[in-house]
Amino acid sequence: MRIAAVALLLSLGAAGVALAQGEEGTLEPANTNIKNVASLQRGAKYYVNYCLGCHSAKYVRYNRLAADLGITEKQLVDNLMFTGEHPYDTMAIAMKPEDATRWFGVAPPDLSLIARSRGTDYLYTYLRGFYADPSRPTGVNNIVLRGSAMPAVLWELQGPQRAKFATDAAGKETFEGFEQIRPGEMPAAQFDEMVRDIVNFLDYIGEPIKREREALGIRVIGFLLVFLLIAYLLKKEIWKDVH
Amino acid sequence: MATNEADHFDRLGRGLSALGAWIDERFPMTKLIKEHATEYYASKNFNIWYGFGVIATVVLVMQLVTGIFLTMNYKPSAEGAFASVEYIMRDVDWGWLIRYLHSTGASAFFIVVYLHMFRGLLYGSYKKPRELVWIIGMFIYLCLMAEAFFGYLLPWGNMSYWGAQVIVSLFGAIPVIGNGLSEWIRGDFYISDITLNRFFAFHVIAVPLALVGLVVVHIMALHEVGSNNPDGIDIHEHNGPDGKPIDGVAFHPYHTSKDLVIVVIFLIAFSAVVFFVPDMGGYFLEHANFEPANQLKTPEHIAPVWYFTPFYAMLRAVPNKLLGVVLMGSAVLLPFFLPWLDRCRVKSIRYRGAIYKLALAVFAVSFLSLGYLGMQPPTGAVVTLAQIFTLLYFAFFLSMPFYSRNEKTKPVPTRVTP
Repeated sequence: MRIAAVALLLSLGAAGVALAQGEEGTLEPANTNIKNVASLQRGAKYYVNYCLGCHSAKYVRYNRLAADLGITEKQLVDNLMFTGEHPYDTMAIAMKPEDATRWFGVAPPDLSLIARSRGTDYLYTYLRGFYADPSRPTGVNNIVLRGSAMPAVLWELQGPQRAKFATDAAGKETFEGFEQIRPGEMPAAQFDEMVRDIVNFLDYIGEPIKREREALGIRVIGFLLVFLLIAYLLKKEIWKDVH
Repeated sequence: MATNEADHFDRLGRGLSALGAWIDERFPMTKLIKEHATEYYASKNFNIWYGFGVIATVVLVMQLVTGIFLTMNYKPSAEGAFASVEYIMRDVDWGWLIRYLHSTGASAFFIVVYLHMFRGLLYGSYKKPRELVWIIGMFIYLCLMAEAFFGYLLPWGNMSYWGAQVIVSLFGAIPVIGNGLSEWIRGDFYISDITLNRFFAFHVIAVPLALVGLVVVHIMALHEVGSNNPDGIDIHEHNGPDGKPIDGVAFHPYHTSKDLVIVVIFLIAFSAVVFFVPDMGGYFLEHANFEPANQLKTPEHIAPVWYFTPFYAMLRAVPNKLLGVVLMGSAVLLPFFLPWLDRCRVKSIRYRGAIYKLALAVFAVSFLSLGYLGMQPPTGAVVTLAQIFTLLYFAFFLSMPFYSRNEKTKPVPTRVTP
C-alpha cells in the first residue's frame, strides 16, 4: 500500500514537472492584463482602426464590448463603429472570403478566439515580428509564422526592420535579432505598448466572461468552504456514537 | 396558540404517513429506502478511496443536467456547431458556466473513475462475490469512453475534427471490413455534417441511456453482495444481537453524511478549475480546438484528450497499425478478466504480499507514464519508453495468475481495523 502510494505520488510529480515545461522558447512574454480597462479601450480603438478592415471578430457584440469596457453607447457609436452597424451587431467585415483568398492567398482568419488558440505571447511576438523580405509578395516575412500572408499593417508606426540570421556549419539558420532600417513614427517602447494593448484586447474578446468568472469563483469557493464546515459538523454529530 | 400549532403539525404528520401507506400499497417505496439506504450496512472504516463512487454519481448527474441545458442552444450541424458553442459562451445567460461545468465535468469524470477503479485494485473489490459489480463497472467505463469520444466532436473545433478522423480511421486497420466499417461509422467518406449529427445522437441519448442503466445495475449488484472495505473482509460474518453487522453502519444517515463532506471537498477542487483554469492549460480544452474544424488544415500535433492518451501511446508504440489497434483494444478489455486473473484469496493490499504491491506500483507508474507519453510528439525516446511501459502494463495483467498464486500474504483480521 505504502509503496504503491509513494510510486503514484512520484510519477504524478514527474509528469507534472514535465507538463509544466513550455514548448515555444522563442516567444516574448506579452505581459497583458485583462483587468486593465484603459488598455482594453485603447486596444479596441487600435483593433477597429488597424485590424477590423480584414479581420472580423464575428462572435463579439459591440454593445457587450461597450458594457465590459465601461464606455457609453454614444462613445461606442462615435469612436468604434464606422460603417453604420447597430450596437447589437457583431464585429463583422465587408470583405468577402473569396475576394480575400484571391488577394492574399488565404482569407484573414476571424480573431474572436485567436488568443485562446495561439496564446498572447504568440500574438505579441507575431505582431512585432515582421521584417523586410523582398522574396515575399508583401515585401515582409514574419519571424513567428514564416511565409505569413499578412502584410506589415503597423509598419509605419514600427518602422521597417531587418532580421539578422547566423548560419552555422551545418547550414542551419538561427535568428539573432532585428535591426531597424528606418525609425518608425513611434519609439520602440511606445510601439510595444500599443501591440500589448491590441493583444490584451484580443485576449479579452477570446473570453469576455473571464474577469467575472474569476470574481464569481472566489464567492462560490467561499460559500463551499462555509458549507464544508457545516457538513463536517453534521457528519461529526451523526458519527459520534460510532467507535 | 402553541397547542394549536402542535395540532397542525400532528395533522400534517398523520396526513403524510397516510400518504406513505397509500404509496407503499402500490409501490415499494419504504422497502426500497430501507434496502438501499437506512438498512443498507457498509463498513464503518471506509477511507478516502471509498469516496470516488459517490463523486462519480454526482458528476454523472451534473453532466446530464448541464448537457440538457447545452442541448437547448447547441446546433448539431457542421455549419452551425462551432458558432453555437461560442453563442453559448458569450450570449446565453450563464451559458459559459454550463459549458465549463460540462467540459470540466468530462475530465473530472475520468479522474474520478480512474481513482474509483484503482480503489478496486487496492482492496480487491473485483473478487468473489463482486465479479459482476466489477464487470458492470468496466462496461460503464467503456460507455464513458464512447460518450467522451462522441462528445468531443460536437464543438466542431479543429482538434475535434482531426481527433475523430484519427480514431475512426483506426477501424480502417481491421482487415477486409476495415474501410467499409469506418465509412459506416462516419456515414460518409470523411468526417462530415452527417458524422456530427449521428455522434450528437449517440452523445445525447443512446450512450447516456446505457450509462444510466448500467449505473443503476452496478449499484443493484453492489447492494446485493454488500460493499467491500479497506480490510477486504465480510462485515456480515459478525452480527450483533440485533442481527446487524457490528462493524457496519447504515448507509443513511452515516455514509450519506460522510459522503456530503466528500462531495463538498470535491466541488471546491472542481470549482477551482471551472472558475480559474477551465482549459487547464490546454489539457481539458485543447488550444487547437478554438479554431473551427478545417479539413484542409491538420493541427501540428494531434493528440486525444488526456484521458485517452495511455491507450494512444500504446497504439503508437508499435509500427504496425493493425497490431497497435489490437494492442489498444486488448489493453481496454484486459481489466474485465481481473476477477479470474488474480488467484490470491486475500483481497486487501494491506494483507497481500510484496509481489502484488510491487506489481500494482509498476502498473500505476506505467499507466500514468503512458498517459504522459501519449501527449508527446512520437519521437524516438518517447516511442521506446512507451514500448517499455506498454509491456509492463500487459505484464501486470498477463503474469498475474502466476505471481498471485503463491503470494506470501499476511494474516487477515476477522474484524475491520480502524
